[in-house]
Amino acid sequence: MLTDIILTLAGAFLVVIFSLIVAFFLLGVDRIVTARMQARIGPPLTQPFTDMRKLFTKENVVPANAIPWLFNLAPVVALASAITILLYIPIGGFPPVLSGGGDLILVMYLLTLPALALVAGGFSSGSPYATVGAQREMVTMIAYEFPLAVVIIAIAWKLAVSGVPLPFMLMSIQANPVWGLVGPLGIIGILILFFVLLIVTPAELSRIPFDTPEAETELAGGVLVEYSGKNLALFTLTQGVKTVVMASLMVALFIPYRLSALVPAPAILQPVLDLLFYLILVVLVAFVAVSLIRVSMARFRINQVVSVYWIYLSLIGIAGLLLVMADHFIGVV
Amino acid sequence: MKLTKSFNRSLWVFHLNTGSCNGCEIEIVATICPRYDPERFGIKLVGSPKHADVLLVTGPVTKKMAAKVRRVYEQVPDPKLVMCIGTCGQSGGVFYDSYNLDGPIDQVLPVDVYVPGCPPRPEAIVYGVVKALEKLERLEAAQ
Repeated sequence: MLTDIILTLAGAFLVVIFSLIVAFFLLGVDRIVTARMQARIGPPLTQPFTDMRKLFTKENVVPANAIPWLFNLAPVVALASAITILLYIPIGGFPPVLSGGGDLILVMYLLTLPALALVAGGFSSGSPYATVGAQREMVTMIAYEFPLAVVIIAIAWKLAVSGVPLPFMLMSIQANPVWGLVGPLGIIGILILFFVLLIVTPAELSRIPFDTPEAETELAGGVLVEYSGKNLALFTLTQGVKTVVMASLMVALFIPYRLSALVPAPAILQPVLDLLFYLILVVLVAFVAVSLIRVSMARFRINQVVSVYWIYLSLIGIAGLLLVMADHFIGVV
Repeated sequence: MKLTKSFNRSLWVFHLNTGSCNGCEIEIVATICPRYDPERFGIKLVGSPKHADVLLVTGPVTKKMAAKVRRVYEQVPDPKLVMCIGTCGQSGGVFYDSYNLDGPIDQVLPVDVYVPGCPPRPEAIVYGVVKALEKLERLEAAQ
C-alpha cells in the first residue's frame, strides 16, 4: 500500500517534469515552424522558456477592480488541472500513472477544468475586455464539447461491440487499436473522426482560427488582458501543457502503436524507443492541429465558431460515427 | 525589479499612439514584417500594456491624450522601457508650439530611447531597439 503511494507520487512527479519539458518544446517548435512557413527565421527553440523566465521576474499587477484571491488562484488551478489530465493518459509505452481509476469520461470532464479556470480568472479581473473574453471562452467550450464527445463515444462504442471489456479505459484502447477492428468503410469513418478531433484541438487550446476569447486585435488579449508577471506565465504554460494533453489524447485514441512491438530491440532500449516514437507522433499531431491550421487561416467570429462546431463539425462527426456503425452491422450480417 | 538576460531576449512591445499621423505606425508594422523579423530576438507586439516590457510611443501627446498616456505607462509592469518613435515625440515636429499639445513625450513620460525621423525607417527602429538593448545591458551590469 505504502509502496503504491510512493510509486504513484514518484510517477506523478516525473509526469509533471516531463509534461513541462515537452510543453516548452512544443511551444518552441510551434513558433519556429510558424516562422518558417511565413518565410521568417523565427526565434530560437528556447524562446518560450526565456519568455517564462522573464515573466517570473516581472511585477505581478492585481487590478483594483479584481477579486484578488480568485484572480491569483485561477492560473494555478488551470496549470494543475492540465497536468492532472496527463496522469490519466498513457505516455509512450508506459501505462498512465493513475491507471486504476480514470477513463475517457473523466478525461473529458478534466479537459473543461483549465478552460473553466480561465473563465473564472477572466471574470474576476474586473475588466470589460476580460469579461467579454470569458464569455466567449464559455461559448467556445460549449461549442466544441459535442464533436469531442461524438469522437470519444464512436471509438468506445466500436470497442464495446467488438467485445473489449472496459471500452472507455485508455489502456484497453491502447491494447486494441481501433483500426484493426473495422473494415474499409469503418476506416473511412475513423479517418473522419480523427479529422474532427484535429479541428477540435485549436479551439481547446484557443489558437487561431478559434482564438476568439483572446482576440488580440479586438479584445486586446481577452481573458488574459489584466494578467501580468507570473500569473501570465502560468497561463502560457497551461496552454503548452494542454497542447501536450490534446496531442497525447489523439495519439492514444488513434495511433496507439508501440515501436518496440514492430522493431526488435533489447529490453532496456524498448521504453526509450517507445518514448521517442511517442514524441515524434506528438510533434507531428501538434504540427498539423496547431501550427498548420494557425498559419493557413484567419480568425472566426464567435458566432461562426458556434456554427462551425455545432452544425458542420457535428454533422461530419456523426457521419463518421454512422460509417463506423454501418461497417459493424454489414460485418455482422 | 531585477534586470536579467532573459528580459533582454524577450521584449514584448505595446504600441501607443498619442496623436500621431499614422506614418510611424506604418513603419512599425513594416518593422514587424518578415523582412526584418524581430521575433528572432524574442520581440513581439502584444495587445495589452499589462503584458508589455516596452512602451512604443508615437505622436506628440495631445492635451486629451496626456492623462491616458500616463495611465498606460503606469499599467506596464516593472521593469519597463519607453521608446519614442518619430520626430513628433521629440520636439512636436510639425505640431511644434501648437495650442493643443501637452508634449513632447518627455514632458509626460521618462523616455529611454529616441528614434528620430518623420517617419523613421524600419532600419532606424531596429537600431533604436539595439540602443535600448545596450542600455539594458549597461543597467544590468551596474546593478
